[in-house]
Amino acid sequence: MSAPEDNWMRSDLLPWISTLAWILGILLILMLLVSAPFGAAIEGFFQGAFGGRRYAFLMQTLSRASLIVGMALSVMLSFRAGLFNIGGEGQLVAGGLVSALVALALPGPPLLVIAASILAGMAAGAAWALLAGVLYLYVGVPLLVGSLLLNFPIRSVASYLVAHPFRDVPSGMLQSHLVPTERWLPYFPGLRLDIGILFIVLVSVLAVVYSHKTLHGYRARLNGLSPDFARAVGLPVARLTLQTLAMSGAIAGLVGAIAVLGVHHRFIDGMLVQPLYAWTGIVAVLLVGMIPWLVPFSGFFFAALQTGAAGMERAAQVPKEIALVMQAVIILFVASRMSLSLASPRGKDKGADGDA
Amino acid sequence: MLDMLLDPSFLASVPRFVTPLLLAALGGAICERAGVFNIGLEGMMLTGAFAAVVGAYFAGSPYAGALLAALAGTAMGLVFAEFNLRRGGDAIVVSIAINLLAAGLTAFLLRAIFDANGAFNSPDIAGFGVIHIPLLRDVPVLGPLFSGQSPLFYLSLAAVVLLHLFFGRHRLGLRIRAAGENPAGLTAGGVSPNSVRLMALAMCGALCGLAGAQLSIANVNLFVENMSAGRGWIAVVAVLLTRGRPWPLLFITVLFGVVDSLSFRVQGLGMPQQFTDMMPYLATLIALTGLSWWHRRRQS
Repeated sequence: MSAPEDNWMRSDLLPWISTLAWILGILLILMLLVSAPFGAAIEGFFQGAFGGRRYAFLMQTLSRASLIVGMALSVMLSFRAGLFNIGGEGQLVAGGLVSALVALALPGPPLLVIAASILAGMAAGAAWALLAGVLYLYVGVPLLVGSLLLNFPIRSVASYLVAHPFRDVPSGMLQSHLVPTERWLPYFPGLRLDIGILFIVLVSVLAVVYSHKTLHGYRARLNGLSPDFARAVGLPVARLTLQTLAMSGAIAGLVGAIAVLGVHHRFIDGMLVQPLYAWTGIVAVLLVGMIPWLVPFSGFFFAALQTGAAGMERAAQVPKEIALVMQAVIILFVASRMSLSLASPRGKDKGADGDA
Repeated sequence: MLDMLLDPSFLASVPRFVTPLLLAALGGAICERAGVFNIGLEGMMLTGAFAAVVGAYFAGSPYAGALLAALAGTAMGLVFAEFNLRRGGDAIVVSIAINLLAAGLTAFLLRAIFDANGAFNSPDIAGFGVIHIPLLRDVPVLGPLFSGQSPLFYLSLAAVVLLHLFFGRHRLGLRIRAAGENPAGLTAGGVSPNSVRLMALAMCGALCGLAGAQLSIANVNLFVENMSAGRGWIAVVAVLLTRGRPWPLLFITVLFGVVDSLSFRVQGLGMPQQFTDMMPYLATLIALTGLSWWHRRRQS
């Protein structure tokens, strides 16, 4: 609106300082609301995020960060291609579920079973994302709501399977049996951290290379920036869309497999949904404006926020949900500072005025 | 099957499921018509559900609960407006943030205010009673359907009519439509589209807040974390399918509500809960798929 003033402001640090002040102010209000002892709370936060005996909590943060970063990379590929796939949660659950079932049921040498379990999880995640893609391309269901709605049935299916046919009944919980130890993802020697994070590091590198160096990635991004242009120059938009969604879903499925084989070693009802991995992943991508190489950092930041909040709860009785509130506040303030024009017109097109 | 559909206790349960969907969807409709892509209905609803319990608990009256729910929903609408309209954040991003904010804030305040973990349940939460309509209550089928429901149900029906008139005749209603269809024209007429959208978001928040109140102090008397459980998304779909027109919206939310209460019903007949849980979402997906397919065929 007031363009000249806006430009001057944007080139300055001032708005970022005021943003930071707002965020810290809200944090302060929340802390005062529960009359938290500040010293203990801050110490608890850093202890919970980075400390612990033999850095146990830091390992927890890293492990959580790898899941969040994985989900973030998954949605990033879609978002950059202009595909508003917010069904990462369903793809994650599909991947985790199938991977757990394969790891439990398939006979064979451990290494092969682990590989099969991961691949099956990735395939399941990809299939679930493709379902949303097919509905979008060939039926005209807006991807945004289609992918989101597909979260619910798969959650119920997973919940049913671990509550009835595959339930570990003696445990008394809604969960599958424990995956045999030799089929777990190994830990790093001497650490309570599984090697799942290596997969995510690899995916991060591949995602950066894919986005910036490959023709496919370039075309997908073109499709995201201007679908009309992409169509006009004859790019195979439909194929591009499906391939991108499949990649997205496969990464989400991989994250599910890592959570099963590396972290929980079984499928527990709600274990992939309640920590909001998928939503945190979306938030992590939005925070850094979808710049691939920054995603791991923002993923780690949010993971530390969550494990730190858990530490704060132990040390100072501050409800750990404060992390979720702060996540939302940060994204409100920061994402509205950066223009995410990539998201806006397309998403609106597809939803409000599009072919619904 | 027909027996089951005409069973009085089934009929009586339908409005309980329709009301929250309808109220939230009407709120969404206002945004849709104003050209605001609001998919944060879920969060606004959840906020309302929590605020309703707070109001009903501390003031001891369900009406205070509903009022606080509407106010809290409005506040969420204003947060949306601040970040989407004034600061220029993307509507989808802001919506996602609103949903997360609501989930976090309600869970946080649940601990801070009631010292409860996961759920809060107390006899001191003054829930809505039901209103019996004399004469009508004795009519078969219509009686259980329209009599003996919470005041919010009657409010939601009135809101359909009012919203229809609002869009057709009221000055603000017309301006809201202009903000969606022809914002440049509105600007030329000396009205800022964003100030109109601000009003739309506030109204949407209030309606979603009331939808949440129906969930927490009319259908039950308690608050559970994340108790809106995806209903806000079903409302979003209803808005998309009807393009925000009130009467079709009533039709489609009744349809979804029937499925919702039906699934609740067959759960009693021994179907695993997980399958009945997903029925409303499957029904929504099927409706969305069918209508999209039909729309596409008609276009080509």
